[in-house]
Amino acid sequence: MNTTPPKIRLRGVCKAFGPKVVLDGVDLDVGVGESVVVIGGSGTGKSVMIKCILGILEPDSGLIEIDGVDVGKINGADRDALMGKFGMLFQGSALFDSLPVWENVAFGLIQARGMERQAARAVALQKLAAVGLGPEVGALMPAELSGGMTKRVGLARAIAAEPEIIFFDEPTTGLDPIMGDVINDLVVKCVRELGATTLSITHDLVSARKIAHRIAMLHDGKIIWQGPVADIDESGNPYVDQFIHGRAEGPIQMQVSG
Amino acid sequence: MTIAAPEDKVIIRVLSGVGRIFLNFLATVGRLSVFTGRALRHCVTPPFYFRLTIRQMIDIGYYSLPVVGLTAIFTGMVLALQSYSGFSRFSAEGAVATVVVLSITRELGPVLAGLMVAGRIGGSMAAEIGTMKVTEQIDALTTLSINPYKYLVAPRLIAGLAMMPILVLVADIIGVFGGFLIAVNKLDFNPANYLSRTFEFLEVKDVVSGLVKAAVFGFVITLMGCYHGYNSRGGAQGVGTATINAVVSSLILILIFNYIITELFFAI
Repeated sequence: MNTTPPKIRLRGVCKAFGPKVVLDGVDLDVGVGESVVVIGGSGTGKSVMIKCILGILEPDSGLIEIDGVDVGKINGADRDALMGKFGMLFQGSALFDSLPVWENVAFGLIQARGMERQAARAVALQKLAAVGLGPEVGALMPAELSGGMTKRVGLARAIAAEPEIIFFDEPTTGLDPIMGDVINDLVVKCVRELGATTLSITHDLVSARKIAHRIAMLHDGKIIWQGPVADIDESGNPYVDQFIHGRAEGPIQMQVSG
Repeated sequence: MTIAAPEDKVIIRVLSGVGRIFLNFLATVGRLSVFTGRALRHCVTPPFYFRLTIRQMIDIGYYSLPVVGLTAIFTGMVLALQSYSGFSRFSAEGAVATVVVLSITRELGPVLAGLMVAGRIGGSMAAEIGTMKVTEQIDALTTLSINPYKYLVAPRLIAGLAMMPILVLVADIIGVFGGFLIAVNKLDFNPANYLSRTFEFLEVKDVVSGLVKAAVFGFVITLMGCYHGYNSRGGAQGVGTATINAVVSSLILILIFNYIITELFFAI
């Protein structure tokens, strides 16, 4: 019997903002080296779930474990060590606009790990090359980058410290389909090379099918279906069917104020 | 069940409105206290970001110097003119130098410098941190194992606390010099006599009280800038609101703390 705990384990995670319940008992496991994509409509709490795992938001109740360690019970150096396992690509990339691209990529290495600036710069240029960007891009400021380049730099920053777990928040949102596919390929390539565990959230089914081993659907604050990516078309779940086919009619009622 | 009369409903609505405002006030005080406590803890525990602190010191101290200096010199000049014109009515022109130096060191130096820096620095801090908040840059710091309080808040608080007294000391000197310029060149005072009267009644406490005020104002300005920026919500509008709140709350707190510190130093 395999007793290895999942890399990420969520049990009964709840989070509300005032009267609005966003997460209502989320249960999810992500195995070591596995790539799980959580799909769901806008405002269903996908980003909140990731922020709870990262410790940016504190869940109201429930259990979140990383490598079997309850993240709600650790502080100080232990928490810093835990954060060192994470990398994240934000939806808007969240690059520091006061720093050049190379320093954005090397930021965690310099500030958190105390690496010399020259050595960190070399690593940053290497990571930029890994996402298809030349060394000349390193000297640019984030405001000078296109949408696709911004995502690539965000990806380079996420993998710079070679994390064990990478979170992707809408990695292809706002990109044209070709650039979206380029980013998907880069995500798959980088994750494979690092051997990292990944948890992604997206509404882009093309992206989900490409980068996921397993897909889970979040609706009304709960995971209502999860399974291998190959099973999603025959999920037998009317919510999943409506979502993947993008139909207005079905059990998911979108609130449209007139 | 009894139905409230229309005038009772009005009273209930007014009272509930007052209660809501009071509860919101208490909640804000609570949030601000927690923020201040965390910020202070991170000011005194490693790691320290010296480069960032020095950058903030330059921004708060060096780049505020022109506006504070201009304010101080014109204030000193106006003070000399006004006190001369008022005191000449009862032949007390000799007190002009003393009035200028005491007014500048005790009150006008720290308060006017505080107000100028609040407008220049408090607003820009709130806008910068607020933009970082709404564009998830602060979340990104966390994911990169950097504590945002240590990286963003602590350097600003330390810089504000350290630089405002220096800025006010310079403003005091420039303000007194402004009064000297007018007294000597326009009001025909003897330069040596004017300088002698300037220092004759000046006590250490006069300067120190101004510098203590400056340190407190520096802390208040940077704290308000960081707090409102850190708690900004939404997009551009939220950042705009945070900026306004940072400046307005700094100005109000400067005036309140000015009274409290004056009371502590000079109440008989």
